Amino acid sequence: MIDEAVVDLSRLQFALTALYHFLFVPLTLGLSFILAIMESCYVMSGKEIYKDMTKFWGKLFGINFAMGVTTGITLEFQFGTNWSYYSHYVGDIFGVPLAIEGLMAFFLESTFVGLFFFGWDRLTKVQHLVVTWLVAIGSNLSALWILIANGWMQYPTGAEFNYESMRMELDSFADVLFNPVAQVKFVHTVAAGYTTGAMFVLSVSAYYLLRNRDLPFARRSFAIASSFGLASALSVIVLGDESGYTVGDIQKTKLAAIEAAWETEDPPASFTLFAIPDRENQTNHYAVEIPWVMGLIATRSIDEPVLGFDKLIPQHEQRIRNGILAYETLEQLRAGDTSDETRRQFADLRADLGFGLLLKRQTDNISAATEEQIKRAAQDSIPSVPLLFWTFRIMVGCGLLMLFVFAAAFIESARHHSAASKRLLRLCMWSLPLPWIAAECGWVVAESGRQPWSIAEVLPTYLSASSITRGEVIGSLAAIIAFYTFLLVVEVYLMQRFIRKGPSSLGTGRYHFELAAEHTAQRT
Amino acid sequence: MDYETLKLIWWALIGVLLIGFAITDGFDMGVGMLLRVIARTDIERRVMINTVGPHWEGNQVWLITAGGAIFAAWPMVYAAAFSGLYAALIITLLALFFRPVGFDYRSKIGDWRWREAWDWGLTIGGVVPALIFGVAFGNLLLGLPFNLDDLLRPSYEGSFWALLHPFALVCGLLSVAMLAMQGGAWLQLKTEGLLLSRARRITEITAWAVIGLFILAGIWLLLGVDGLHIVEGRPADEAITPLMKTVAAGNSGWQANFRAQPALYAIPLLGIIAALATALLSRRESNLVFVASSICLTAIILTPAVALFPFVMPSSVNPDISLTMWDATSSKLTLGLMLVAAAVFVPIILLYTAWCYRRMFGRVSKQYIEDNSHSSY
Repeated sequence: MIDEAVVDLSRLQFALTALYHFLFVPLTLGLSFILAIMESCYVMSGKEIYKDMTKFWGKLFGINFAMGVTTGITLEFQFGTNWSYYSHYVGDIFGVPLAIEGLMAFFLESTFVGLFFFGWDRLTKVQHLVVTWLVAIGSNLSALWILIANGWMQYPTGAEFNYESMRMELDSFADVLFNPVAQVKFVHTVAAGYTTGAMFVLSVSAYYLLRNRDLPFARRSFAIASSFGLASALSVIVLGDESGYTVGDIQKTKLAAIEAAWETEDPPASFTLFAIPDRENQTNHYAVEIPWVMGLIATRSIDEPVLGFDKLIPQHEQRIRNGILAYETLEQLRAGDTSDETRRQFADLRADLGFGLLLKRQTDNISAATEEQIKRAAQDSIPSVPLLFWTFRIMVGCGLLMLFVFAAAFIESARHHSAASKRLLRLCMWSLPLPWIAAECGWVVAESGRQPWSIAEVLPTYLSASSITRGEVIGSLAAIIAFYTFLLVVEVYLMQRFIRKGPSSLGTGRYHFELAAEHTAQRT
Repeated sequence: MDYETLKLIWWALIGVLLIGFAITDGFDMGVGMLLRVIARTDIERRVMINTVGPHWEGNQVWLITAGGAIFAAWPMVYAAAFSGLYAALIITLLALFFRPVGFDYRSKIGDWRWREAWDWGLTIGGVVPALIFGVAFGNLLLGLPFNLDDLLRPSYEGSFWALLHPFALVCGLLSVAMLAMQGGAWLQLKTEGLLLSRARRITEITAWAVIGLFILAGIWLLLGVDGLHIVEGRPADEAITPLMKTVAAGNSGWQANFRAQPALYAIPLLGIIAALATALLSRRESNLVFVASSICLTAIILTPAVALFPFVMPSSVNPDISLTMWDATSSKLTLGLMLVAAAVFVPIILLYTAWCYRRMFGRVSKQYIEDNSHSSY
């Protein structure tokens, strides 16, 4: 039997390392494009101020990028350390996008990021601009391949189980590549990254404007951020809605959990704005519902139902029963009975093999599973409803709030007000945490919503773990938390230090603190 | 292309990625190791750090991509090695954490304690991974205590401390010496004055250490380590799992491949000659020293790879399930597809990497650091 504590601790470790990584990735994705836009302005207009903007925001980008790299290394190796059966079981498919990510994207991004920082005197203007764009493109391609891998975990198309090698094997790479879940995930996630980058620049620029410092620098940054941010926030929401539609189509269990849909409603389903989901009694307390909305988002129709757990759990139970048969047939095949008959039977049943494997958590001997164990496995085949319900709503709430902030900031800067209203600037400044809250919640919705599977309907999380000891995982978890937290404190400290210094940190002699110092020097 | 050829190509390609990692990331890790050894002042340390500043990030991707490629091409190796060597791998990761932040954050604050702390971080980020990778290679030759059940779930039956076998420690030291030598050779291309002369001395010393440790490891291997050989197995062009063969001990010191093909002895020999050349070239000013050092690294890494062939990860508790490059691989389709990806992207990577190095060519001086105090590391 697998030690349940090892599985839980490994999940905790993966969740924490991924959430840490995701504090830095969205900002890299967004800020790299903003840098490219600023530098394009520099090359086209020839105005030094745009170069200073690129360099200053680039400095902050660098502080963030270092942490993105630091936290990213862990993820590349963690599948092997903590999820070794997973790595064996799906490496044939899952490893491919990861390797291509390295070859196509990460090399590009990392090779040129060095030139971005060190190449200002070594390259021509246009060459440097190309380098900056390549960094932005590289980081976005990187996100593409990672999300193709992740999309496959959510919706494993283009692969078949091979009983001889006891693993999933690639069947059609085109299916993996054009996986609808991966496509919507990619556009939704990178747009969220652009929003994060824009909010960062907007918020910090608002801080300078409030302090009446470096106004031409801050105003230009504010304008770029508000327009880029408005377009991005709109895209995130539209593409998030598209994502909702795809989820409704493919990941019905996740959708039901987001909606806390214990019972299947008559279509079109209503959207539950607020409720306290109660897993024990399979019902919601204090629910506030808006009629029709969910049915429209999830099915794009008024007559298709959104399935609730009352329908889904019995479906899962049936698939678990089929899964037992699939597992028995697999054992026959592996024992040497490879007659056409057995193979045909297995081919018919193998889609449910994963559901059979869900029983491994209840019993070592799947064939001898009792009624009670099957029922419990079916009950356990859904993710944590309150968690999904709330993280989803927080994500959407933050998204709508950001849309409002960007729209207001855009209108303000389009009007060319010499002094934007203080109230708006304060709002922009204090909106800084919103994109991070939204992104982290979005990650929880996507990944926690996949449970109890590591590969949806193929491989249970429980089975995926490595045969390692509790002590090992506790040790690594403690060390990683301590390290990351320490580094995070350092990063935030540096970030705020350089934000406070502002463009004066470039040492050009043209900005606030330098001018102030010069002024004092002249007076004395 | 048939499955057997694909498997062979992937064995070679993973070798290319690991060697690429040693040559490129090796020199910046080496510079990290030498930081506290040969630089006396803050400005000297900044010169050293800035010689690798524009490149270390791209270099490190060789390691990341090698990880990804092993995942994709040899999923079972990725699964068994990384979970088996759990503690060692986590320690490596923790040490690697210091590098990105160390490089980027060090110069951001002038306080000497701050800089001293990051210098230690960069030293650890160079020494620890190099040591562990070497120890891991040594343990591959000794065999690792892992097993597979009939569902192909890997389990590990040894402890972290058991990895620290004296032979493996020699391999670990060898690896540290190799990367320190590579770092020294790089500094010979990129520094001037006092720092340059110290870099030349340290390169020479480490090159002699490489020669000594490599010969020591070789003799130890021949006299004290029992290799494996495949007694019976299925044809290499079939889809096979590690459970389908019989393996026996008795290939003393893993020399069967060299005996069968004496020309292969040229590889370890080349390693020694190249290390010798590195030592001698360090006595005068020559950019060839970096080439010699890189050749040395390549030959030394190839030596255990060729000795183990076709084994990749031998098991000491159940030799039959030892992982080989024939039976721990991905499906034919995956290997073929990945080959196309590698064939397209590796040349492109080499092209733009070369362009970046050309653009940043030239020595980093103290004057440069002083003039660009705000923008350099």
